[in-house]
Amino acid sequence: MNFDFSDDLKQLRDQARRFLTEQCPPAVVRRSLDGEETYAAALWREIANMGWIGAAIPEQYGGAGLGYEGLCVLAEEIGRAVAPVPFASCAYLAAEAILLAGSEAQKRQYLPGLADGSVIGCFALAEGNGNPSPDALRARVTGGKLTGTKWPVADGGIADIAIVAARDEANEIALFVVETKSVARTTLRTVDPTRDQAKFDLDDTPAVKLSGSTGWATVQRLLDRAAILFAFEQVGGAEASLHMARDYAMERFAFGRPIGSFQAIKHKLTDVYVALELARSNAYYGAWALTADAAELPLAAATARVSATEAFHIAAKENIQTHGGVGFTWAFDCHLYYRRSKQLALRLGGAPFWKNRLVDLLETRNAA
Amino acid sequence: MDFNDSPEEAAFRAQVRAFLNDNAERKGEGRPTLRLGGMTAEDVTRCKAWQAKKSDAGFAGITWQKQFGGRELSPIFQVIYNQEEEDFTVPRGLFEIGLGMCIPTMMAYAKPDQLDRYVQPALRGEEVWCQLFSEPAGGSDLAALRTRAERDGDDWIINGQKIWTSGAHLSDFGIIVVRTDPNVPKHEGLTFFFLDMKSPGIDIRPIHQMSGTRHFNEVFFTDVRVPDAQRLGQVGQGWRVSLTTLMNERLAVGDPARPDVDDLVALSRSLIIDGQPAIRNGAVRERIAEWYARSQGLKFTKFRTMTALSKGETPGPENSIHKLVNASKLQDIASYGMDLMGEAGMVIDDDLVEAWGMFQSALLSSPSARIAGGSDEILKNIIAERVLGLPADIRVDKNRPFNTVPTGNR
Repeated sequence: MNFDFSDDLKQLRDQARRFLTEQCPPAVVRRSLDGEETYAAALWREIANMGWIGAAIPEQYGGAGLGYEGLCVLAEEIGRAVAPVPFASCAYLAAEAILLAGSEAQKRQYLPGLADGSVIGCFALAEGNGNPSPDALRARVTGGKLTGTKWPVADGGIADIAIVAARDEANEIALFVVETKSVARTTLRTVDPTRDQAKFDLDDTPAVKLSGSTGWATVQRLLDRAAILFAFEQVGGAEASLHMARDYAMERFAFGRPIGSFQAIKHKLTDVYVALELARSNAYYGAWALTADAAELPLAAATARVSATEAFHIAAKENIQTHGGVGFTWAFDCHLYYRRSKQLALRLGGAPFWKNRLVDLLETRNAA
Repeated sequence: MDFNDSPEEAAFRAQVRAFLNDNAERKGEGRPTLRLGGMTAEDVTRCKAWQAKKSDAGFAGITWQKQFGGRELSPIFQVIYNQEEEDFTVPRGLFEIGLGMCIPTMMAYAKPDQLDRYVQPALRGEEVWCQLFSEPAGGSDLAALRTRAERDGDDWIINGQKIWTSGAHLSDFGIIVVRTDPNVPKHEGLTFFFLDMKSPGIDIRPIHQMSGTRHFNEVFFTDVRVPDAQRLGQVGQGWRVSLTTLMNERLAVGDPARPDVDDLVALSRSLIIDGQPAIRNGAVRERIAEWYARSQGLKFTKFRTMTALSKGETPGPENSIHKLVNASKLQDIASYGMDLMGEAGMVIDDDLVEAWGMFQSALLSSPSARIAGGSDEILKNIIAERVLGLPADIRVDKNRPFNTVPTGNR
C-alpha cells in the first residue's frame, strides 16, 4: 500500500506553498477582488516560469512532464492561496481538452504556448442556466464559423483562446478552438470577483474543430478529469479555511477563555476536519485514477467532486461563523474563501449534477 | 501511488489467505452474518477452538514480541490479517478486548512471572479477559469512577460497581481501575489491578439492551479481595495505566457495519417508488451519493493510515475519524432504508421484509455504536484537542479533592 504522494511531489508541494505564501498573500488576491486587476499577471508569469501550468503536459509539447500527481499537488496549493490566476482554465481545461481531442498538429500548435504561459486558455461550455447536458448545447458551427452564446466563461475576458463546446453541421457535439479576439465579450459580475467571468456572443466566429472530438463523451471525459483537479483546489481551500478558523479560535477570547476551548467551536471544527479528510482521501483516489487512466476514473471523479464541494462549503461557512462579526467584514479574509468555495462548486456543474452522475455510474457498475 | 503490498506484505498476505482458505469458510454474497443474540456456550467453544488454531498458525499476536509468542511484525501486518479475515466467516467476539487491550496493558506493567502465567493462555484462547472501566458515574468522564479499593495487609478489598463490561460473564480474568484515595484530585487517586473474575464477592448481571440482546454486563463488587501482587503500576498511577489500555483501541479500524451504502443501493434498486425503482428518485439518489462519498472517503482514509503504518508510523488520534463517521452513517442509513420501505419498514421478520431485516436490526443496535468505545462527543474532543490543537476545556474538577467534586443527584 502506497497511497500517498512521493517524497519528490511532497517537496514540490512544500515549495509551491512557500512560494505562494510569499508571492500570493491576501493583498494580491484583494487586487482582483477590488477590481484593480483582472488577474495577478505578474504572479502568473512566475507560475508559468516555474513550469506549473504545463506540469501534466508531456515534454514534447513544451510541458514539464511531471504527470497528473504533480498537477494535483499544485492544484491544492493554488486552492489554498485562493490564487487569482487562470490556472484551472489553462491547465485542467484548455490544455486537457487539446490533449484529449486535439490532433498531433493541434497539440504542437497550442500546447507549448499554454505551457509557457504566453497563451491563456479557457473553456466555454455553459449557455446560461442549468447544469452540463448535451440537450442544453445550442451553439453551432457551420462552415467553420461558430454562432451562439456562452456564459459564464471563466477567464473568458483574459483568455487568448477558448475551447468551445458546440454542435457541428451533423448536429454532433464537438470541441472547437476559437481565438477570443474575434469574440464579443462582456465581463460578468459574480460572487467571486477574484476570477474573471465573461459572456461570449459568438456570431460567425472562426472556429477550428479539435479533430479527435467524439460527441458529448469527450466533453464528459474532460469534465471528469477536471473534476479531480478542481477537487484538489477545493481541498486546499478547505484546509486553509479550517486553519484560519482554528487559529482565530485559539487567539480570540470570550467569557475569559479562548473560544476554541468551547465544545460548540471544537465540535464544529471537528465536523469540518472530518469533511476535509474524507474529501482529501477521495481526491487522492482521483489522483491515482488520473495517473493510471483507470476505468474507475469517472466514478472516482464524481466522488471526489461531491466530497470536495461539501468540504469547502462547510469549511468556508464555518470559518466565517467561528470569526463571528469580524468574519462578515470586507477587511477580514474569510469571504475570499467563501466566495471561492461557491465559485469552484459551480464550475463544471453544481453538486446536484455530480451527485446524479455518481449514482448513474454506480448503477452502471452494479449492472455490469 | 499504488495499492500494492510490499514484497514482504504480499508474502504475508499469501500465507494468511492460505491459512484462511484451509481453515475457514469464505463469506457468501448477500446475506450478512448477524449476531443478534448473546454468545451461547457453543459459540464460546467455537471461538476458543478458532483462536487456538490461529495461534498455532502464528496469526495471533502478530505485533507482539516473540517472547510472548508473537511475531514482532509492524501493525500493517495485523491490518493485512484483519482485511483477509473479513472475507471469511470466523467465530469472533470473545478475545478482542483481552488481546487488544488487557494483555498489552499486562505486558507494559505486569511482572515477568505473571506474564509467563497469563499471556500464552490468553493468546491461545484458553482464558478470556474483560476490561472493567466504565461505571454508572464514570462513562465519558471515566476518571470520575467511584469503585473503591482499600488496603488490607497484602490484599486490597474492592467495593462498588462497574457497568458496560463486555463478556464479563464469559471471562476468567479482568483488568480494573478503582479509586484508592478519594482525598486527592480525581486522576491522582486511582490504582489499577488485574483480578480473577471467579473471586468471591463478584456478581455479574447482564444488561438487557434496547436492541433486545444481552452483550454487556453490570458487575458488582462486594468485599472482593485482590492481592497487592496483582497491582499494575504504582498506587495512585491508575490513570496513566488506563491510558495505556485506551491507546490500544486506536488500531481497531474495522470495516463499516452493515447495512452500508452498497446495501442501500441494492435496496433502492428492488423497491418501487411511484412506479419505478427507488434509485430513479432524485431525493434517494442525492442521499445515496452523499453516503457513497463518505464511505469511499473513509475507505481511502484507511488506505492512507495503512500507508503510514506501512512506513512504520504509529497510529495517532486522527484515527478517531473512523468510528465517528461509521457510527452515525450506520444509524442514518438504517433509518433511511426503512423509510424507503414505507409501512413495511417497521416489521421485524427476516423472511418478510427486505434485506433480511438488516435495516431494522441496525436501527435498534446502532445507538450503541455512537456511545461505546468513546462517544461521538468525546471523539470530537479528541480530534479538536489532539489533532487540531485547540485548548482543553476549563475543568472545575481538576485541582480539588475528588470527594469535594460536585456530583449532582445521580
